[in-house]
Amino acid sequence: MRLTGRKSNLMAGAAANSSAMTADGPQLVVAGASKRFGGVRAVEGVSISVDRGQIVSIIGPNGAGKTSLLNMISGFYKPDTGSITFEGRDTTRARPAEIAALGIARTFQNIALFAGMTVLDNIMLGRHVHMRSGVLSSLVYWGLAQREEVAHRARCEELIEFLELEDLRKQQVSGLAYGLRKRVELGRALALDPKLLLLDEPMGGMNQEEKEDMARYILDVNRHWGTTIILIEHDMTVVMDISHQVNVFDRGRKIAEGTPAEVQGNPAVIDAYLGAGSHAGQQAA
Amino acid sequence: MTTDSTLPRLLRKNAATMAGRPAMREKDLGIWQPYSWRQYWDETRDFALGLAAAGFGAGDKLAVIGENRPRLYFAQLSAMCLGGTAVPAYQDAIAAELAYVLDHAEVSIVVAEDQEQVDKVLSLKDRLPHLKLVVYDDPRGLGDYDEPILKSFEAVQGDGRAFGAAHPGHVEAAVEAGKPGDLCLFSYTSGTTSRPKGVMLSHANLLSAADALSKSDDIRAGDDHLAYLPMAWIGNSLLSMALHLWVGFTCNYPEKPETLLRDLRELGPTIALAPPRFWENTLTAILVRAADASRLKRGLFSVFRTIAERAERRRGADGSVTAGLRLGLALGEALIYGPLRDQLGLRRARWVYTGGAPLGADTFRFFRAIGVNLKQVYGATELAGLCSVQADGDVDPDTVGRAFQGTELRIAEDGEVQVRSASVFQGYYKQEEATRATMTGDGWLKTGDAGFIDRRGHLVIIDRARDVGKLADGTVYAPQFVENKLKFSPYIGEAVTFGDARPFVAAIVAIDPVTVGNWAERQNLAYTSFQDLCARPEIAGLVREEIRKCNAMLPQAVQIRRFLVLNKEFDADDDEITRTRKIRRGFVAEKYASVIEALYGGRGEVEFAAEITYEDGRKAMMHSTLAIADVEEPEARREIAAPRAAEPAISAAQ
Repeated sequence: MRLTGRKSNLMAGAAANSSAMTADGPQLVVAGASKRFGGVRAVEGVSISVDRGQIVSIIGPNGAGKTSLLNMISGFYKPDTGSITFEGRDTTRARPAEIAALGIARTFQNIALFAGMTVLDNIMLGRHVHMRSGVLSSLVYWGLAQREEVAHRARCEELIEFLELEDLRKQQVSGLAYGLRKRVELGRALALDPKLLLLDEPMGGMNQEEKEDMARYILDVNRHWGTTIILIEHDMTVVMDISHQVNVFDRGRKIAEGTPAEVQGNPAVIDAYLGAGSHAGQQAA
Repeated sequence: MTTDSTLPRLLRKNAATMAGRPAMREKDLGIWQPYSWRQYWDETRDFALGLAAAGFGAGDKLAVIGENRPRLYFAQLSAMCLGGTAVPAYQDAIAAELAYVLDHAEVSIVVAEDQEQVDKVLSLKDRLPHLKLVVYDDPRGLGDYDEPILKSFEAVQGDGRAFGAAHPGHVEAAVEAGKPGDLCLFSYTSGTTSRPKGVMLSHANLLSAADALSKSDDIRAGDDHLAYLPMAWIGNSLLSMALHLWVGFTCNYPEKPETLLRDLRELGPTIALAPPRFWENTLTAILVRAADASRLKRGLFSVFRTIAERAERRRGADGSVTAGLRLGLALGEALIYGPLRDQLGLRRARWVYTGGAPLGADTFRFFRAIGVNLKQVYGATELAGLCSVQADGDVDPDTVGRAFQGTELRIAEDGEVQVRSASVFQGYYKQEEATRATMTGDGWLKTGDAGFIDRRGHLVIIDRARDVGKLADGTVYAPQFVENKLKFSPYIGEAVTFGDARPFVAAIVAIDPVTVGNWAERQNLAYTSFQDLCARPEIAGLVREEIRKCNAMLPQAVQIRRFLVLNKEFDADDDEITRTRKIRRGFVAEKYASVIEALYGGRGEVEFAAEITYEDGRKAMMHSTLAIADVEEPEARREIAAPRAAEPAISAAQ
């Protein structure tokens, strides 16, 4: 029951959202960014701009530079040339922690969680950036530290309910199935209360049902909190269903951008990415 | 206190006399959030006003679909306040089943828990001419729905407050106008034989059953009850609505069905009702965990289990427990029983009931042995839930206790149990013929169960009267009796036995995926899927051993001779069992006719094609080869009869 119900709604959601787009200037602008590793040109002169409240997908074959771009946005890599501006601030040279504090959160292609800790503790860690109490008051767990802990826990409980993790709250992450760990990682990223969420292959290695659930959570995050989302994903069905904008990368360059329909009809994309003679909408990579 | 009242009147009374006391607790965001009796009434009144604003009035029907949530109770009481009828539906019913109930009951307003249920109802909109309004509790995912008949619970209450300002005292007047004899609940039977039937119950029916139960057992306002049963089951309506209002204890609702066991432990309810399946599953979980525990713990568990069960048998026999046993019990209480009850969340439980179907004697004895006051109850939807219960200190695995005060029991000539009391229902909705067939001329309800009254005056239920048959040699044979013995095995999930007019008893067994999976792991047995696991010769061997154990407890004539391990579970979506998990024997016999013929035809295997239904109602055909085995067979033949690995081919068929 759940599957069909969700599926049909998934489409309705994407359609409703794209019509409600706002145009108060892009939230994130990457201008002419390049990154080399020795002789390898991972990213070459890429420019993208992302409007507030959108779901923007980046697709392309392996090694196209998708993850490198996310790493530059989140501050793990510094671009060799070009600039990155988030909400009017130049973040080209900012450190990852500073970028996180500005409201950019991410998940990783290979899950990055503390396996020996519980689901709740992992999500609580995501709140770290919002914690103000010092070492001393935290040690005695009194006053501000206690009030803070309670408030943050309440927020985490909202996320646990949102991601339907109630029954796993006190379970160690190491014992969870892969798809659930991905969901916990999304929770950890959401705990930051991000304005921009970077998702690196959130559905990698999932079965169809888990993918549909995850797509559903992504749409809900976008709709519920208006969070902007940049998504790297290989499953074309999902990408075309939930994205407002799609950027296509190939060998470090952006070769196309547009709405899912535009990209699917673009001959350069069909040639370079989906393979000559292929038809749009099919599973790639 | 007399039963001369109505549920909404009791709610108003409780709101006045126990205003600030917790009526309900719901676990939300990880915390048990209380609702006081005053809030229960306020929320109900506002919603009732909203219903009135939408044109809902006396004689109209309101359905609720979802897990136990306070708002679904507010909604049911709201309908009753206005003289309407509440129709709780099974939340896991597929759309076609739901359509039947909603249409048959002429439901005009549906209150659904969440998007999943709303989607289901909206997909049926065109088939439900009476439907005027769909109300949802959880707004998640419903923001973009453009559906004129869809409203949030808050919005209806908002409309209600506006309506209330213009019509002061509207709900209060309607409540006062309500009479005990008015219909207030349609409880649809799960239908083991046919389409569900709408059992019409009045306030007086429900309250007399609640009153009788509260007199049979000491139930107090301070009790904590955990309400997690399907809302559509009469047992839930009786405890979580009628008895709740009658006694004024606290009803607690778990966070999610998946968190039930954790919530149970956190809460430690003092009273609970659970179907046999819950106790069977819990025992299975305990045994699996014990098997995985360290040697010392496993040893202790086994020793003290034996002691406790021996003591329990003695208590049942003549009440004499030796000093040695008593010492063992005291030690076991500290080391095993107490901690185990605590883990299960039953440490505070003063009594817990099992009902809805018979529970295996060994399971029953186990829980009693570790100090859980488990008691059997008996009843029927047509009796507003219950009509008999075992008294404290007078408990026995084979009986269902004595009839409630004010309930008359008799055994008809053909062995059928018949009941007369104030709880006997008002008839099946729009099915007068079926109603007449269920009642005797002098006002007794025919329960359809075969049973007798033993020397102590306890009622003993044998089986459904129509299922009791005879083997070819004339031996009386009650299939459920045999199946219950089989189901005591932790490895057997469900079983159906055949034997009526047959030369011997044969069984179709569906294994329990969790315990058998766990067993296979410990045996280093590799398998790819549930179907593959079921087809393994080792599993057939395991099941054979379990059947032998069961046969040892059965008279020679009705021992199981041949069996087959099915490669799927019996599923309510496939109509094989009811939503309350009772085998639909006739349907199974028809569906598996070829398999049954093969069981009696002496063949070693059978080709079988079955239609399976996915959760969303889609259907597919599953083709497979099933192996049939004899329970007792010569060693030499075993190789030949060993089943071949048969991976089923699934072909989609819309």
